[in-house]
Amino acid sequence: MSSNPKNILQVQNLSKSFLGVKALDNIQFDIQKGEVHALMGENGAGKSTFMKILIGLLKPDCGEIIFDGEILKTNNVHENLKKGISMIHQEILFVPELTVAQNIFLGRETNHRNWLNDKAINHKTQELLDLIGLKINAHTKIKKLSIAQMQMIEIAKAISNNAKVIIMDEPTSALSDKEVSMLFKIIKDLKEKGVAIIYISHKMEEIFEITDRITVFRDGNYIDTKNTNELNQNALIALMVGREIGSLFPEKVTFKGEKKTILSVKNFSKKGKFENINFEVLAGEVLGIAGLMGAGRTEIARAIYGLDKYDSGEIILKGDKINIKSPKEAIEKGIGYVSEDRKALGFIPAMSINENISLSSLVNYSKVWFVNSTNEQEATSQLSNDLKIKSTSINQKVMNLSGGNQQKVVIGKVLLTSPSLIILDEPTRGIDIGAKFEIYKLINQLTDKGIAVIMISSELPEILGMSDRILVLSKGKQTALFTKQEATQEKILQYAVN
Amino acid sequence: MLNRLKQYGIFVVFIIICLILSLISNQFFTVSNWTIIITQASINALLAFGVTFVIITGGIDLSLGSMVAVTGVTAAMLAHPDIYPVALPVFAGLISGLLMGVFNGFIITKSKIAPFIVTLGTMTIGRGLALILSKGRPVSNLSDSFNFIGGGDVFGIPFPIIVLILIFAICSITLKKTLLGRYIYAVGGNEQAARASGINVNQVKMAVYSISGLLAGLAGILLTSRITTGQPNAGAGFELDAIAAAVIGGTSTSGGTGTMTGTLVGVLLIGVINNGLDLLNVTSYYQQVVMGIIIIGAVVLDSWNQKSNG
Repeated sequence: MSSNPKNILQVQNLSKSFLGVKALDNIQFDIQKGEVHALMGENGAGKSTFMKILIGLLKPDCGEIIFDGEILKTNNVHENLKKGISMIHQEILFVPELTVAQNIFLGRETNHRNWLNDKAINHKTQELLDLIGLKINAHTKIKKLSIAQMQMIEIAKAISNNAKVIIMDEPTSALSDKEVSMLFKIIKDLKEKGVAIIYISHKMEEIFEITDRITVFRDGNYIDTKNTNELNQNALIALMVGREIGSLFPEKVTFKGEKKTILSVKNFSKKGKFENINFEVLAGEVLGIAGLMGAGRTEIARAIYGLDKYDSGEIILKGDKINIKSPKEAIEKGIGYVSEDRKALGFIPAMSINENISLSSLVNYSKVWFVNSTNEQEATSQLSNDLKIKSTSINQKVMNLSGGNQQKVVIGKVLLTSPSLIILDEPTRGIDIGAKFEIYKLINQLTDKGIAVIMISSELPEILGMSDRILVLSKGKQTALFTKQEATQEKILQYAVN
Repeated sequence: MLNRLKQYGIFVVFIIICLILSLISNQFFTVSNWTIIITQASINALLAFGVTFVIITGGIDLSLGSMVAVTGVTAAMLAHPDIYPVALPVFAGLISGLLMGVFNGFIITKSKIAPFIVTLGTMTIGRGLALILSKGRPVSNLSDSFNFIGGGDVFGIPFPIIVLILIFAICSITLKKTLLGRYIYAVGGNEQAARASGINVNQVKMAVYSISGLLAGLAGILLTSRITTGQPNAGAGFELDAIAAAVIGGTSTSGGTGTMTGTLVGVLLIGVINNGLDLLNVTSYYQQVVMGIIIIGAVVLDSWNQKSNG
């Protein structure tokens, strides 16, 4: 494929792996001058990895990036920025104590014999702000601005960089309606000037309002590129999620015991995080919790487990109203939690498999103050075998294991506490397909034993493939509760973006 | 093989330095010289064992030297002949150290202020307390039974060495075999994960600072008894030697790793180098330069070691 001269940016056959897991596989992408091009895909589809490669933060394993008719060879952040590829980040990266002008010109200050010339940059900045219609003074310290204003400043910064391609990652997530229309006006102005914009958003209406073409990624693969006017919302969702489900998930055995309610949560609220949440989980059941990032899923799990405080509501465990203040109490009451952030909350990297698995239940393997290491190792090696943790021995340090095996260690630690309820938060994040299947089998074994499971996941197929019932959250509120039979990917996504 | 050698890197360095010293000076490898080395090292050892617990949790204790002074003065004031039985000054010294350690732990866990800052504060507070208690003057005229602790011997073995061996055994077992020891490594290895695993992180931190204070109390008693006076200015800078010993022995200041055996080797290494430089008639000014180089060298070795393991 040769490069099309109209394309300001063209990507060919690009691939990237992390520790043997393919994050991007043979990606194709192109964008023309003055085009707004949407990049769509579920969480984990590879969008952010792709963006990081475009701005030069990551290097591709193979493939070509052709920018302005020239192959980008070195691909580093500084170089790409200078050539004209800028990104408006989801998280805002400014120095709060510096002024708007100082931030915009950070790293390329105008100077005179090494003395800073603030006058010059203030002047230039003010021109720029007036140009895009922002009523902000260039002298203002960044910390005094609202999130929306900061986002606009990011755009101004990109323009001042003479950006030819601007990547916008969820630019409207923190903006009010009025600010969104202001942003769209700026985008239209940029278009007229021939700037190309790669636009990432979960908000369907925006995509159809502002973009010219849409490219869809799924599981790190390039799926398709269509003109926006050829698609409608349902067709787009189908492209994003359309894959065969079933074969990826093991056969489920229904729990034969009595389906008692293990946990029920009533009017559960925490200001700014989640509001008026009500659900129950039965013995031997998987309750899936779906929603976009920031919908409040993890916050609910953390509050139930005692990692965070909550404002109001009731937690009833096996008929008793409980008030958990710390993970220690949660574990004692029979609640286990496998965090979405394995590295931060899951395990102690410098400790062995044995020491990590026994960490939450070490008291049970101790007499007075002394650890009975014979009993301890017996229990952990049994569990390590059951979970098929691949290692040289149970004394191997967990930091030297693969992501999937680390996750099994964390699950093992929770299992050793004999919980009656397990909360799995993104249990297969960053794990390859084979290990995913084993985790799914494990979840089925848990429910078979009558353990209640809450599974939070951003991957809709996983939610549909594993859950008995599905709770959908949007912006901290519960928007739907489906049975397995009622639920479809389209329905869940509709209620999740609601 | 190379990895194994690296693991015992500091032990190998220790043996090499001993060999070199024994070649240069024929006084070095004598029983009497080693008795001196270990007796002199015993006070640093007690402090280093305590601070090893603290450093493994990812903390630091800069108040050790001041605690030595406070506890030493406290003990000395109660150790004049024929007033109280010897158990009282010993008990008071230990308790005052423990209380200061509890204070450190309490402030660190409740305020979430960095241990570096908190113990920097208690370092100054402690020094002031020692001066207040003693009215700025050395407390002398101590009973013989009190002076036995630092100066006496049992079957020819100096009492401080017996204390050293006993405390080493207790600390080593605590770290390796008990719940507390495991939790100390967990808190230092990943505090968030430790909490999420149901460990009461604050309790563990309280424990390590208390142990550090208690052992500083014991060191204060030993020192006061050895010099037969309670000196309010004693112990200045001791915390740095103790931290150096722990770090030389492979305890990482970022927390999560370290052993008592390593710290013991660190203590002995410092003792042997001081002793060797004395034997070679190197002036104390140069001794400090050499010691500094060795500390930096040990940390560099440690960071290489960590890289090759990571």
